[in-house]
Amino acid sequence: MAKTECSCQVLEISDLFGKDMATRDAYGATLVELGKQNPNIVVLDADLSCSTKTINFARNFPDRFFNMGVSEQDMMGTAAGLALAGKIPFASTFAIFATGRAWEQIRQSVCYSRANVKIVATHGGITVGEDGATHQSVEDVALMRVIPGMTVIVPADAYETAQALIASAEYNGPVYIRLGRAKVPSVMPKDYNFSIGKAYIFNIGSDVNIIANGIMVAEALKAAQILNAQGINTGVTNFSCVKPIDDEALYKIGKNSKLLITAEEHSIIGGLGSAVAEFICENCPVPIRRIGVNDTFGCSGDAKELLKYYGLTAENIVQLALEYFKK
Amino acid sequence: MADIAFLQEMARKIRIEIVKMLAQAGSGHTGGSLSAADIISALYFYKMRHDPKNPSWEKRDRFVLSKGHAAPVLYAALALCGYFDISLLGSLRKLNSPLQGHPCCKSLPGIEVSTGSLGQGLSVANGMALGIRLSGIPARVYCLLGDGEIQEGQVWEAAMTASHYKIDNLCAIIDHNNLQIDGHCTEVMNIEPVDEKFKAFGWNVFTIDGHNMSEIVSALDDAEKIKEKPTMIVAKTIKGKGVSIFEGKAKYHGVAPTKEELEIALKELGDGKN
Repeated sequence: MAKTECSCQVLEISDLFGKDMATRDAYGATLVELGKQNPNIVVLDADLSCSTKTINFARNFPDRFFNMGVSEQDMMGTAAGLALAGKIPFASTFAIFATGRAWEQIRQSVCYSRANVKIVATHGGITVGEDGATHQSVEDVALMRVIPGMTVIVPADAYETAQALIASAEYNGPVYIRLGRAKVPSVMPKDYNFSIGKAYIFNIGSDVNIIANGIMVAEALKAAQILNAQGINTGVTNFSCVKPIDDEALYKIGKNSKLLITAEEHSIIGGLGSAVAEFICENCPVPIRRIGVNDTFGCSGDAKELLKYYGLTAENIVQLALEYFKK
Repeated sequence: MADIAFLQEMARKIRIEIVKMLAQAGSGHTGGSLSAADIISALYFYKMRHDPKNPSWEKRDRFVLSKGHAAPVLYAALALCGYFDISLLGSLRKLNSPLQGHPCCKSLPGIEVSTGSLGQGLSVANGMALGIRLSGIPARVYCLLGDGEIQEGQVWEAAMTASHYKIDNLCAIIDHNNLQIDGHCTEVMNIEPVDEKFKAFGWNVFTIDGHNMSEIVSALDDAEKIKEKPTMIVAKTIKGKGVSIFEGKAKYHGVAPTKEELEIALKELGDGKN
């Protein structure tokens, strides 16, 4: 059980709206609330509870917390067993280890058995920062999206994270939620209601629509402001739910766009950009440009520096749109 | 008290159904299904508390076939228990059959978890045992592994977990028939000493003759009395047990009996006798 002495902060869920904070911190706080409400919720971690913030749950509910040690494969299998015995397990570690190391356990023991496991992985993307490529997952969304029956969610901010976690706990079936290490700005409005399979349209532009998730939603909103000021009518939609993807919203946006830009802190292969391109090509073809990590590994550096280095900023989105309309 | 003769008879019936369904399917795993027949008979017709009419009964004991390729032995036992009509065994491995090549819990009642990719079942069994314990249900979880299977690293992660969390409502069994697809386990990748390894990982270990019904029954009974530790029964078995032409042959790991072989097998197993 949790004997770890660590000094990480214990946060309250009281009001995650409007807070600029890391989505993993929102997870730590929400998990405790979920634990209070539902005695069937159990949590597993693979020796990273201080980083994933499951330590908060461990402190409050030591009997329902299982530190599995450094063994992600066993963690996913054990989570499947707990789910099949009627529990609602939340299994956490870093995104690359959750989805990479334990991919086949997730496919076979969790999804093929339709075990009600919630995989909440932190440290998604390159904003992990200084630890470098081995710890920066830019493939996790692709790896999870390809498994039949898996739900894949990449929340944009703390408020959406809390809502996605609550919705996932209520939903019966496997879910993958990708969270981040770095602090992110609040972007979702107070009246926002997360629902699995639904995108949130901030507004639809008649020229460009930016389809983003995770930390790139904030960048997309900044980019839209700049583009609108330059006379390019730009809209933004948060596709936090990559699977199932909101077909209806995509169709509506596709039909109204001259250009679609996808933006994600993930490889341009297999993630949100791919999901959008697949649907748009088949149903309402319109030019698409993808912003993401360009089929390469990450590297060490400060999170903000890395976003610039890999071209994941509002400026990159703006540039892409301007280049397109210059033609 | 266990009726040893009855359990031996059920093992014989299981073996008959195994060779019949495999011959009809034309593919599948003969050797490792036959080697586990006595263990499965003892579990399903003696030890486990379960209700074929209510497969999701909350207080049931659970069985995880970690060596999922031995699906026929489990299908035969489930059919003979009455989980489904025995005629369904003829659909093994056919399109739209609930009897998938490897067990699928979403298609067949009585299957607790989908297995077939080796090395994963013990972790799942641990999770089930922990979940049941948390819910205060006094049920037990049984998990059957192959011996070649313990070459998978995840088995040892799970072995640590079971002992770390003192999962004493778990009893695992290794069908130690010494053969894997490419040959003898000792030659392909030595797994010995199996018993010492699990002891070193903090398990209570019983080593038995996996075809001696009295020894199987005693080990399963004794395992229930062990507290604060998981139990591993290392069951020494013969691959293909019960049919002389299959016994001890690695070739029959993943090969189904031909028509001619089926005839020999049914004769040796005394098909038609009641």
